[in-house]
Amino acid sequence: MTAIPALAQAATERKEAAVSSILARIRTTYPRSSRIPDAVFAVLIFLTAASVFAIVAFVLWELLDKSRLSLHRFGLGFFYGHDWDPVNDQYGALPFIYGTLVSSFLGLIIAVPLSVGVAVYVTEMCPVRLRAIISFLVELLAAIPSVIYGLWAVFVLAPLLREYVEPFLAKTLGWTGFFNGPMYGLGMLAAGIILAIMIVPIVASITREVLTAVPQNQREAVLALGATRWEMIRMGVLRNARIGIVGGIILGLGRALGETMAVTMVIGNRPEIAKSLFAPGYTMASVIANEFSEATGDLYLSALVEIGLALFLVTLVVNALARLLVWSITGGNTGRANA
Amino acid sequence: MPDPTNGAVTKPVSLYRRAMNQAATAFAILAAILVIVPLLAIFVYLLIKGVGALDWAFLTQTPKPVGEAGGGMANAIVGSGVILGIASLIGIPVGIGCGVYLAEYARGRLGDVVRFTADVLNGVPSIVIGIAVYSLIVVRQKHFSAFSGGIALAIMMVPTVARATEEMLLMVPNNVREAAFGLGIPKWRTTLSITLRTASAGVITGCMLAFARIAGETAPLLFTAFGNQFWNKNPNQPTAALPLQIYTYAISPYDEWHRQAWAGALILIIMIVVAVAAVRLTTSRGTLKGAS
Repeated sequence: MTAIPALAQAATERKEAAVSSILARIRTTYPRSSRIPDAVFAVLIFLTAASVFAIVAFVLWELLDKSRLSLHRFGLGFFYGHDWDPVNDQYGALPFIYGTLVSSFLGLIIAVPLSVGVAVYVTEMCPVRLRAIISFLVELLAAIPSVIYGLWAVFVLAPLLREYVEPFLAKTLGWTGFFNGPMYGLGMLAAGIILAIMIVPIVASITREVLTAVPQNQREAVLALGATRWEMIRMGVLRNARIGIVGGIILGLGRALGETMAVTMVIGNRPEIAKSLFAPGYTMASVIANEFSEATGDLYLSALVEIGLALFLVTLVVNALARLLVWSITGGNTGRANA
Repeated sequence: MPDPTNGAVTKPVSLYRRAMNQAATAFAILAAILVIVPLLAIFVYLLIKGVGALDWAFLTQTPKPVGEAGGGMANAIVGSGVILGIASLIGIPVGIGCGVYLAEYARGRLGDVVRFTADVLNGVPSIVIGIAVYSLIVVRQKHFSAFSGGIALAIMMVPTVARATEEMLLMVPNNVREAAFGLGIPKWRTTLSITLRTASAGVITGCMLAFARIAGETAPLLFTAFGNQFWNKNPNQPTAALPLQIYTYAISPYDEWHRQAWAGALILIIMIVVAVAAVRLTTSRGTLKGAS
């Protein structure tokens, strides 16, 4: 089974090798006058590519350098200390880490079923004419700036939660302990919902891409065995695409972890760890946004930068993982078209 | 009557399987509706609240002090233009260069590493980029500036533009390059005037999408451009930006400012939707269609 693609690949590789050796010969017989501009251009292009490395390295260096003070003073204790007290110069990041994790996972719990549902609907079920419209609308959702989500959440979503959703949740699920206490509207729940709305387009578009990459004959084979449409989707499509979907979900998680403005506007900004989702919280990105430009004192600033460093490293790992998973399905880049 | 199944026993699909099928279809449709509803809700509210608050003064005046009615965001609109201009001037050439490297020059492992780094950079939270630019430029200069805000946004543009450029260049058939080499055109000239030009519609799309993405960015501007209540023509000074102004007004306790935040949001979203729609038009008319 695998021999044929391997052979075909070997053939293309041989062809490409032949083409590039011819091109190389042509290049060496260039007139001398065009070799220098060519070299200059190649160096310029290489420099722009290298600048991407430089940017990542520079961001990492600046964060490490500026957080040195706090790293030395608190060590690892920084990440499990739960006092955030600028007045006494005592800093522990646990409430922010907790807030970031809880709001992000809440967002994922809401967003994942919806995005997979939309992607399945668009690729497998909906009429062709609707397909482009729904994809466009979901794309548009990704284009709305975070600050506008925040604005909408503060003036529309939060009152809605306070008046209707939270009283209902408290009445039906209050006994779990997750849904009780004073109802402000602003809080962890609002942050989770707004994050869900913001990551749906990411997860949905990746899932759609991965589902489209599943070969058509998989679907036909399962249908030919007498499966219903749902069984076909479950066994023939979703099972084949699961790694890519997980990649998309992790990518969404990366976005949720680093999301700043919308969350800052609705989460309530109180560095506390509360079990109830109605209670206000605080995230790593929000504390930087709120306190960075007002931070007096080197240790205070350094502690904030250390939170940024932690955020940077976590999103780096999360994104790298997601990319590897998605690449393993879609093959990384679109192949060169040899028309 | 001849049996079409040739005697094979065909059991009807069981009730459970049919019900599961219906339920799954219903769920998928529900999911599609639930995803579209917030989008519509946001647009409806923006239109209702924004149009009501939008007037000529909003577009031509600077903010009034707290308590006074009227005033506008003219300085923030212009400030955003300046910051986005600086970001595009830096981010687009570097991004396109990086994309050209990936598509035309990269050989083997190194290309993969650059591609991977670009994708990772794309996922770095914008606020972290804000911190880095703050400590590079603002700390050294000892003041906030439109310039530093532009650099922060440019960094965010590079990976998006690079990946879009690469994708579009890879769609240009190799024959076109070979034809150019056959005519003795040097590689730099081929890349610039033949390959890039063939892919130009797609590359422009990528740039516009990157632009739309950074146009609404607020977090990296918080401690780079910082914001300003007055006119400022010097890009080396703290400058107002539309998203920053919306944020400041939205979290303020004043009704008049809330009203203006909605108007600002409407202007911002109109800018972005126009950019995205322009992209749709160029791609559907251009020589090369997008990859998706």
